Amino acid sequence: MELNVLNADQAPATAEGCSASACGSSDDQMSHLPDSIREKVQNHPCYSEEAHHYFARMHVAVAPACNIQCHYCNRKYDCANESRPGVVSELLTPDQAVKKTKAVAANIPQMTVLGIAGPGDPLANPERTFETFRRLSEEAPDIKLCVSTNGLTLPMHVEELSKHNIDHVTITINCIDPEVGAKIYPWIFWNNRRIRGKAAAKILIQQQQKGLEMLVAKGILVKVNSVLIPGVNDEHLKVVSKIVKEKGAFLHNVMPLISEEEHGTFYGVMGQRGPSDEELQDLQDACSGDMNMMRHCRQCRADAVGMLGEDRGSEFTLDKIDAMDIDYDAAMKTRAIVHKGIEAELAEKQLKRERLAGVKVPSGPVAANKSFRPVLMAVATSGGGVINQHFGHATEFLVYEASGNGVRFIGHRKVDQYCIGNDTCGEKESALAGSIRALSGCEAVLCSKIGYEPWGLLEDAGIAPNGEYAMEPIEEAVMSVYQEMITAGKLDDKTELKRAEV
Amino acid sequence: MALSIVESCVNCWACLDVCPSDAIVSAEPHFLIESKNCTECEGDYADPQCASICPIEGAILNSFGDPINPEGSLTGIKPELKDDALKEIQAR
Repeated sequence: MELNVLNADQAPATAEGCSASACGSSDDQMSHLPDSIREKVQNHPCYSEEAHHYFARMHVAVAPACNIQCHYCNRKYDCANESRPGVVSELLTPDQAVKKTKAVAANIPQMTVLGIAGPGDPLANPERTFETFRRLSEEAPDIKLCVSTNGLTLPMHVEELSKHNIDHVTITINCIDPEVGAKIYPWIFWNNRRIRGKAAAKILIQQQQKGLEMLVAKGILVKVNSVLIPGVNDEHLKVVSKIVKEKGAFLHNVMPLISEEEHGTFYGVMGQRGPSDEELQDLQDACSGDMNMMRHCRQCRADAVGMLGEDRGSEFTLDKIDAMDIDYDAAMKTRAIVHKGIEAELAEKQLKRERLAGVKVPSGPVAANKSFRPVLMAVATSGGGVINQHFGHATEFLVYEASGNGVRFIGHRKVDQYCIGNDTCGEKESALAGSIRALSGCEAVLCSKIGYEPWGLLEDAGIAPNGEYAMEPIEEAVMSVYQEMITAGKLDDKTELKRAEV
Repeated sequence: MALSIVESCVNCWACLDVCPSDAIVSAEPHFLIESKNCTECEGDYADPQCASICPIEGAILNSFGDPINPEGSLTGIKPELKDDALKEIQAR
């Protein structure tokens, strides 16, 4: 996917934060960035919870080969029904990838970003990857290009990367200590040999760090992805975060390990667990003092197409693309108009947010001179920054934290849809229980509507259902509910320090 | 004298790119080594390249028909130590 690096002389500005726009908004990972970088990434759906409701991205699967083994990856990647990194349905040649990209860009004009993310390591397939980039820079110059890599061969490719329309590179860095690395990477292919264990991890780490430094020196934005693996690198990632920030990465994305047994990965088969929502959030919070953290990554497939969290890949299979007749020059004109419209809408929302940042927690008789604990709330939305989804139709909830400092986006929680419009689903009960479990730690859930049955179960679980803010902007609504909780004295009870005590 | 690929191959392309003899062909259901072209990398590299990058244990056989990467050689966990490893990993 994508990553970004800072110019060394821009880096200090990020440490201050809050200078340019509302601190604590849903976009806080963006608002800490210097303007020059923000400009580069503002229409990138993977970098901001807000932009991803407006802009779309796609990955083309031109890079099947890999030069290392990660214990969370199964190299048998061909699957239509799984959605996770490293999985694709159909490999493409560079020529097919260029065709597909243009077809998608013409049909989904809000698509702004093309990434090469696998299913192997893009830089272990340099000819296929760079031919795709070379042609797209020439034939579709209005598309941003980005690439993700394990970093092993990154240093030798930095020069070539800098020649194309690539302003973001993502490096997956899970460790900086070979002892830790040996538990994640069993081997690498290096200088025509297979190297194992700690020796392998040491080389990989050196190459990743060197590649990071070289990209930053070139002024290419670098984002760092890390997979949180409980008991392996959880504590260690705090150090990783600090170091990659010092070296100039502009964003750190800590993602939860996906290790279902049926995916057939080493970790899945061996029973290595993934982190809980709370463990992930605690680690992201611990790192956020040092680093701009990314919290809305949807861990998409290496051939995903469309808005983040959705996949329209099946509309653009090779046979369907062949039947399309694309006039890209005409498409570029339409795209420019669409992008302008979206940018205007986002600018308006930004102004609104700045006004909201001035809102203070009420200072009534109850609230006088008191500071109240932060509260997590879940929101059901299908996009547009408003609360507009039925509780039972939500496949994920966005989690926000309200506090005296305002409202900030924390992350998303995936759930199974329990309600599909009728009562025929025999697994309804368990799916509903699963949804409620996924919301643990939250004290309210805001949605457009909610049924009688989940209402009662949510209340039993200590989560207040709320349908009063249907169609209203998320952050304003979350702040209003927080203020209501304060006024009602619900935050006075010190024994209810839910999160703080966990 | 040639190596061969068997059905556990997942068609990941890694071997095809590193073969110095262009002996590997993309095929369905799995990639194949053309024995007339395969040199086992003798004269080019110390180790056969395909077997040095292949991610699947048992997928590439030597000229005697034995797996070059036997069970446990790529996960780093020998079969007899698997139970210990399971315990250690599941305690995390």
